Amino acid sequence: MPEYREYTYDVLIVGAGGAGLRAAIEAAASGVTVGVVTKSLLGKAHTVMAEGGVAAAMANVDDRDNWKVHFSDTMRGGQYLNNCRMAELHAREAPDRVRELESWGALFDRTKDGKILQRNFGGHRYPRLAHVGDRTGLEMIRTLQDHGIHQGMEVHMECTILTLLTSGGRITGAFGYDRERGHFMLWKAKAVVLCTGGIGRAFKISSNSWEYTGDGHSLAYHAGAELMDMEFVQFHPTGMVWPPSVAGILVTEGVRGEGGVLRNSEGRRFMFDDIPDLYKNQTADSEEEGWRYTQGDKNARRPPELLTRDHVARCINREVKAGRGSPHGGVFLDIAWIKQHIPTAEEHIKKKLPSMYHQFKQLADIDITKVPMEVGPTTHYMMGGVRVDGDTQMSTLPGLFAAGECAAGLHGANRLGGNSLSDLLVFGKRAGQYAAEFARAHSAESIDAAQIDAAAARSMEAFNRGAKGERPYQIQYDLQEKMQELVGIVRMESEMKQALEVIEKLHVREANVGIDGNRQYNNGWHTAMDLRHLLTVSEAITRAAILRQESRGAQFREDFQSKDPEWGKYNLVIKKTDSGMAVEKRPVPELPVELKQIVEEMK
Amino acid sequence: MSQATFRIWRSNGEGGAFQDYKTEVSEGMVVLDAVHKIQAEQAGDMAVRWNCKAGKCGSCSAEINGNPRLMCMTRLNELPMEEPVTVEPMHAFPLIKDLVTDVSWNYEVKKKIKKFKPRAPDAPDGTWRMQQVDVDRVQEFRKCIECYLCQDVCHVLREHDKHDVFIGPRFLVYTAALEMHPLDTENRLQELKDDHGVGYCNITTCCRQVCPEGITITENAIIPLKERVCDEYYDPLKKLFRMFTGK
Ligand SMILES: Cc1cc2nc3c(=O)[nH]c(=O)nc-3n(C[C@H](O)[C@H](O)[C@H](O)COP(=O)(O)OP(=O)(O)OC[C@H]3O[C@@H](n4cnc5c(N)ncnc54)[C@H](O)[C@@H]3O)c2cc1C
Ligand code: SF4
Ligand code: SF4
Ligand code: FES
Repeated sequence: MPEYREYTYDVLIVGAGGAGLRAAIEAAASGVTVGVVTKSLLGKAHTVMAEGGVAAAMANVDDRDNWKVHFSDTMRGGQYLNNCRMAELHAREAPDRVRELESWGALFDRTKDGKILQRNFGGHRYPRLAHVGDRTGLEMIRTLQDHGIHQGMEVHMECTILTLLTSGGRITGAFGYDRERGHFMLWKAKAVVLCTGGIGRAFKISSNSWEYTGDGHSLAYHAGAELMDMEFVQFHPTGMVWPPSVAGILVTEGVRGEGGVLRNSEGRRFMFDDIPDLYKNQTADSEEEGWRYTQGDKNARRPPELLTRDHVARCINREVKAGRGSPHGGVFLDIAWIKQHIPTAEEHIKKKLPSMYHQFKQLADIDITKVPMEVGPTTHYMMGGVRVDGDTQMSTLPGLFAAGECAAGLHGANRLGGNSLSDLLVFGKRAGQYAAEFARAHSAESIDAAQIDAAAARSMEAFNRGAKGERPYQIQYDLQEKMQELVGIVRMESEMKQALEVIEKLHVREANVGIDGNRQYNNGWHTAMDLRHLLTVSEAITRAAILRQESRGAQFREDFQSKDPEWGKYNLVIKKTDSGMAVEKRPVPELPVELKQIVEEMK
Repeated sequence: MSQATFRIWRSNGEGGAFQDYKTEVSEGMVVLDAVHKIQAEQAGDMAVRWNCKAGKCGSCSAEINGNPRLMCMTRLNELPMEEPVTVEPMHAFPLIKDLVTDVSWNYEVKKKIKKFKPRAPDAPDGTWRMQQVDVDRVQEFRKCIECYLCQDVCHVLREHDKHDVFIGPRFLVYTAALEMHPLDTENRLQELKDDHGVGYCNITTCCRQVCPEGITITENAIIPLKERVCDEYYDPLKKLFRMFTGK
């Protein structure tokens, strides 16, 4: 038996980003005991990086907005593969969730009449994103953190879950380790909520932090829960491309929302050249109209730079491939040009986009108030995740819940910017509420000690091999390199089959990883244990992407370039079976009549 | 590409020593890149804390050539690369391993500060009205990424170890954000004076100078707090008033 520390809670929350903290607050408020486990320190989770804002149809800036418009925007963005119940709940409940943050101390930017200000963002018909300059995620996580610490939850910082524990077809807790001290930990719980975020570290160019190794996806999968929509990985159109060491760092869509434009090396606004039919009616037909839109003219339509992310990312990719890119392999994003319209542009830009100004100044020696930035696509967001019930967020494994980026459903084939922060609030709360209910309704199951032994033994193998084994870092780099190359923005069956072979080989190398030193704060050890998750999600992405023989939302297939209505009827579900990973087609649930009507009306 | 030397603090918690690592560096690299490279190629078990690599999370605080900085926002081309670059952990907190310190004290301190308590909503729908000018000041404080570099550099904590009686600049900023929040109705002045030790700060401005978010910690947060405490407790009229009312 391995030695470990033991804790018991009614509800265990894995992850302390927006979703995890919101879930913990809700569960704790309902009177159950709550433990929160997070890989990093409290307040550092990925949510802290979110920039642009949180989407909620509060109609503070444009009174034509309401939940129905938000719902239909979300469905259109997701190309109708969304879980419509989640899209409905999200659109209905987001405004209250945002206002609630204000009652907990958040300070959003204001409108002239003193309400929460909202800004334009790609795919949203009206200005809808509540924001704080370009540091909305920081405001959100700090608000939840500062409120949460007084709610009676216990937080285990810098602890990592290695495996979920099950007995008799139900969740019984989780096993992991404490990074700072190096010892193992057992958390017994009646309900577990996964709020572990995304998978961006499976790719080389990514806006995501080190934590994004797909842990929740992989933990759920190995525990027997179903995953869904894994083929849909969002590539954000604008990441930094230079200098190399910062390639991938996000350049917020807010830049385009504030009037920034994309140009190729010929100076042409190439986004005007390719506007999808679905969006023709809503897109400006002149540069002048586009500018008016960004400045709040309600009669203007949005510039094509604010089309959905998948589309903008592909257009950029096309310009670069056609040799019309910028010197370092991107295109130009120009916000400095607005000085033609705004005499105080320099101050204006610094006020509206302070972090972007500093990011470029500090990391690239570029003053964005004077010269254009160079940008290119970067791996950004995972639409796919644990398949959950739309109301309760429970997975197909009883007692296991998921919320936030690691859950699937709300975003379908493509997420709209700003819809993630609102997702965290709406479904974090719901997951916390229903997990607490589940915990109250069930007694604790006994722990299966064999599962603990196996997990501990597996994680110690790398030490046993020591210097004889291979270092984990190179395996991670090789995976990232290949996923970027073979399962990236533009996909093809032959390449993806190759990727599966690569993953197979990397599994063999992973089984031979060796590390030095002791267990305390050992980054090598941690990286070694992350590998299994990265390989699992990479395989899931690749298998689903191969099966979906069409281009839709975030998935673009070179060999099947158009959208196929037949494929629009299915989500792809991934499940662990005795013979390995299985992918299967599952019909998209029919839209109820009321929702169908809304979608029709808003077309 | 050129070679550079990094002199990195290695320790398993007790004792420790600098160790030199030579590695290739290229254009645009930041200190964190170099540390990662060394970790991947030469020192697999080296402990370093980081997360966003974009100056947003405040995880990668360290002392670079003696200056408290974020490793992910310190470009090599700002440093004299002909000499070894020293990288060591923050000094004001107990060391865990190599570059990683135990910052849990900060989380305990925050819990002791009375939480936000809003006034009743302004509008019937349960919302408030605030003007941008009224939130600007507090928004400055809320930019804080909790990197604790200001705590690290403050002599009251770093040299005099007053962790028991002084909350440090980070939490003075936090208190200021609550006290100056347009909606807040709580009063935190008594603790600020008696338990949180605002009086220990002698306005050296060291904290302000290292803040990566450029928060004007001393002028905008600490001095106004000191003034409020003064007005409340050292104003002769108020003192008299308290004597009579017993408040
Ligand atoms: C640069 C950037 C900008 C963005 N801007 C926006 C925006 O403007 N608007 C918007 O809506 N969305 C935005 N997004 C997306 C959004 O920020 C994320 O999708 C969202 O924050 C995810 O939140 P979460 O709560 O699901 O997970 P996270 O905040 O990532 O939290 C995950 C938590 O899980 C923990 N964890 C993970 N694995 C384990 C494990 N094995 N054991 C224990 N703990 C674990 C982590 O430590 C962390 O605490 C942006 C994303 C990026 C990268
Ligand atoms: S100004 Fe005050 S808080 Fe800041 S470093 Fe000096 S003594 Fe410390
Ligand atoms: S006030 Fe500045 S230096 Fe201090 S913790 Fe916050 S961001 Fe860091
Ligand atoms: S890693 Fe987040 S601030 Fe440096």
